[in-house]
Amino acid sequence: MASLAALVQGGGQAATEGGHFEPFFPGLVVLLPLLGFLANGYLALQHARASADAVRGGSELDLGDAASRPATHTLPTWIGPGVMAVAFLITLVNFTRMLGAHLEEPVVIHYWTWIATGTFTVDAALQLDQLSMIMMMVITGVGTLIHVFSVGYMKEDPGYPRYFAYLNLFVFFMLVLVMGSSYALMFVGWEGVGLCSYLLIGYWFSDREKADAGKKAFIVNRIGDVGFLIAMFLLFKNFGSVDFVPVFHDAETLVYGGGLVTAITLFFFVGAIGKSAQMPLYVWLPDAMAGPTPVSALIHAATMVTAGVYLVARSSVLFALAPLSSAVVAGIGVLTALFAATIALKQNDIKKVLAYSTVSQLGYMFVGVGVGAYAAGVFHLMTHAFFKALLFMGSGAVIHSMHEAYHATHNHEDPQDMRNMGGLKAFMPITWVTMWIATLAIAGIWPFAGFFSKDEIIWYAGAWAGAENAPYPGLYTVYWILALAAAMLTAFYMTRMMVMTFHGANRTGDEESKHLHEAPAVMWVPLAILAVLSIFGGWINVPEALQSGWAGLGGVLPMSEWLHHWLEPITAQAHHVQEVNLGQYSYYAPFGGGEAMWAAISTVAAAIVVALSIRIVGGRTVVAVKDDTTELTGFAKVLYNKYYVDELYDRIIVQPIVRASRFCWKVIDAGIIDGAVNAVGWVSKGTGWVVSMFQTGTVNTYAFILTVGVLFVLGASLF
Amino acid sequence: MLSATFLFYLFAGLAIGGAIGVVMAKSPVGSLLFMVTALAAMAGTFVLLEAHFLAAIQIIVYAGAIMVLFLFVIMLLNLGHDYEKDLKGGAFAVVSFGVIGGIAGLRAQQLGATGMQDGPGGAAIDALIAEHGAVGAIATELYTTYVVPFEITGILLLVAIVGALVLAKREV
Amino acid sequence: MITEALVLSAILFVIGTFGVLVRRNAIIMFLCIELQLNAVNLSFVAFSRMFGIEGQIFVFFVMTVAAAEAAVGLAIIISIFRHYETVNVDSFNLLKW
Repeated sequence: MASLAALVQGGGQAATEGGHFEPFFPGLVVLLPLLGFLANGYLALQHARASADAVRGGSELDLGDAASRPATHTLPTWIGPGVMAVAFLITLVNFTRMLGAHLEEPVVIHYWTWIATGTFTVDAALQLDQLSMIMMMVITGVGTLIHVFSVGYMKEDPGYPRYFAYLNLFVFFMLVLVMGSSYALMFVGWEGVGLCSYLLIGYWFSDREKADAGKKAFIVNRIGDVGFLIAMFLLFKNFGSVDFVPVFHDAETLVYGGGLVTAITLFFFVGAIGKSAQMPLYVWLPDAMAGPTPVSALIHAATMVTAGVYLVARSSVLFALAPLSSAVVAGIGVLTALFAATIALKQNDIKKVLAYSTVSQLGYMFVGVGVGAYAAGVFHLMTHAFFKALLFMGSGAVIHSMHEAYHATHNHEDPQDMRNMGGLKAFMPITWVTMWIATLAIAGIWPFAGFFSKDEIIWYAGAWAGAENAPYPGLYTVYWILALAAAMLTAFYMTRMMVMTFHGANRTGDEESKHLHEAPAVMWVPLAILAVLSIFGGWINVPEALQSGWAGLGGVLPMSEWLHHWLEPITAQAHHVQEVNLGQYSYYAPFGGGEAMWAAISTVAAAIVVALSIRIVGGRTVVAVKDDTTELTGFAKVLYNKYYVDELYDRIIVQPIVRASRFCWKVIDAGIIDGAVNAVGWVSKGTGWVVSMFQTGTVNTYAFILTVGVLFVLGASLF
Repeated sequence: MLSATFLFYLFAGLAIGGAIGVVMAKSPVGSLLFMVTALAAMAGTFVLLEAHFLAAIQIIVYAGAIMVLFLFVIMLLNLGHDYEKDLKGGAFAVVSFGVIGGIAGLRAQQLGATGMQDGPGGAAIDALIAEHGAVGAIATELYTTYVVPFEITGILLLVAIVGALVLAKREV
Repeated sequence: MITEALVLSAILFVIGTFGVLVRRNAIIMFLCIELQLNAVNLSFVAFSRMFGIEGQIFVFFVMTVAAAEAAVGLAIIISIFRHYETVNVDSFNLLKW
């Protein structure tokens, strides 16, 4: 209770005071979503009981009519987004206060000691610094918008209160993940968001396929979690602590490029691969699209999947000490970016395109943090949260509309397949505009947000390759070229998605198209807000080189490299490590040219790709699914089937495990173990049968046996 | 006067013969009569072993009372004409028991031969008999050192009487 | 004579045991048990020639117990006979489940 009071009042003592930053109820930011979860969870239970009673009574709760919805259905509308909005406001206050202060050291707010065994202690403590503040802003900000959007999207779902309970719980764990002051606490959030991801992917659990998708996500994430845990153990073994502050303080005692730090970082990266859906563990994310679309926006685009990037950025010192690990991070990132982008080229499900796009963009973030541009990685994380959440919610609005159209006409076509869409801009102009903004942002067109963040990453990859003392220059050159290629692919598949969805002739059906309509305000307002952020969000971090030129609007944008300076206290140590070990290095691209030139080249190229693909895709005749008889051949078929990776995993991992399990079941369990148990029974029974032969029931037999026994005893005494 | 050794072997022969008769006789009454013979012969050996009181008790209680009890039961159950051959085991059992009996006799002989043939016991008993008489020799001990077990024996008999009544009563 | 008495005791005991094991008539089995008891009594008497009067006193107790046992045992035989109309122990299979 005391700790709860302390939590509300802003915590006990701030361990390290820096500047004049005064935290403003930071505990409340975490606590509010938890309270929201409890309240909504309670309502969900009540709601479930009421629906069960209604079904038993022969009626069904009517959710289509707003007036007749029960309180358990209407209250979450206010509780769910409400707690998020308040949490966002509190975060905003903290953010503005931190803006005013010059915080050199992170503020650790200690509440109570969570684990204390021997020399190992873990405190329940929150860490407020520039990085966690950015993450909090993204999570609560974008989270609030998605919550609001969900009100419209899910309003007729029978599990409405349960949905908001899960969503609030997810935000709670996500905040624990980014605000925890130790790897242990981060792991709590890490596992918690995994749980919520599982719950929300399998939200429509009565559908076998969707429940399986949830399980897949959960199991694949476990592989990564093992890596996280091992890394944590290694940290504890070497530093005696898993708290951020002492670990990073002592980090530089590790040998640069040594085996230990490489092992720690690689294991951490294994965790990041699982959580952030990188190769080879990305397979769960496309399947995760089985969840409700706002969930995909929140968890599988904006927040949870970026936890791996946050982990690497948070551990920047360790990764800076391990150039090999950094190279692996960037390598996996760029490969994933390219690989996922190619798969996205041939997908027809609108959400699948976005899912592979997310995997691809996450790859970019890892390229950023892998080449030592930690701020750039976090920057792309932030802008990606804006435009990808927007894209997902836009697709949600489209699916919502499509679903209602098909529902009203009792058509069982797939409302998510883009072949069934086309020409939707006439019906959904706001969605169309906002999604185009996001598409241009993700394609890297100036001056949208994605341009600044993605180009920064690509530039750093190239610059790192060209830097004099940087490690593995040849490798990074390859990375840079691949990243550029993936950027072009991004522009293409996103444009293809937009054209197939919104342009050309409508393929939904004559009767069905009458039911297509624009999303309600509760859905399009969040879209509009995110659209604004997708335009201007990148302007907070205009590179110095571009500041005075055309890209910085000739110096009009005031916040030159603001995010870099903001994150300076976090990344300073990592840059210091690089400087000490690699010396001062100068940036220039492998083929010459400065940042501005390459930025111009890439944005022009992207724009050309967009324009071309509008023509190419627009020129194609797309037919609705039911009329589609095209047989894909060659590489297109491979892409359509996602390189057969799922089939490959099925063949080399799932099937052997199934077979081994079957073997364990049939042979070891049913045969040996059960056999042993049964054998014990049979042996006892047999022995009993043999012994029962002596039990004739006649006195003489017993007397004889007794006599024999006596003779034995006497015989023993005789000798 | 017949020598004690001759008498002993006579009684021993009678006892063994009676015992074999008990086992082999077909009729229960026959068995019973052989048993009386064996018990009487053993009473003789008791006398030879200077246990006069016990010899008398053997005749009165065993050969008399208990055997009559058996006889009564045989009569009561009308088993007197039961000539069915109920001996099982046959030759093998006889041979094996012959061997065991031989070993047991041998062992007993070894035990007796370990000395103390004329142990202190014999002389002490002779002295007691000389002092108190055959009955007094036992009675002195029985009513002094072993008076409590003696009394408890009385209770045991009482319980046995009650138990026998209860068991044999028609309606329990 | 003590030795001979002990040998006699052993022989009588073995015959009694043999009788118990081979006969099926409950009353004769009972008699054989009495025979065993008597064989033991003989041993006691013989040993009392070695160790003193206590041996005879023990015989006295054995006889008492034998009398009590005979009374109770015969009562049991009677009650069993009422039930089975026989004293052949092969018929008594109550001890068999």
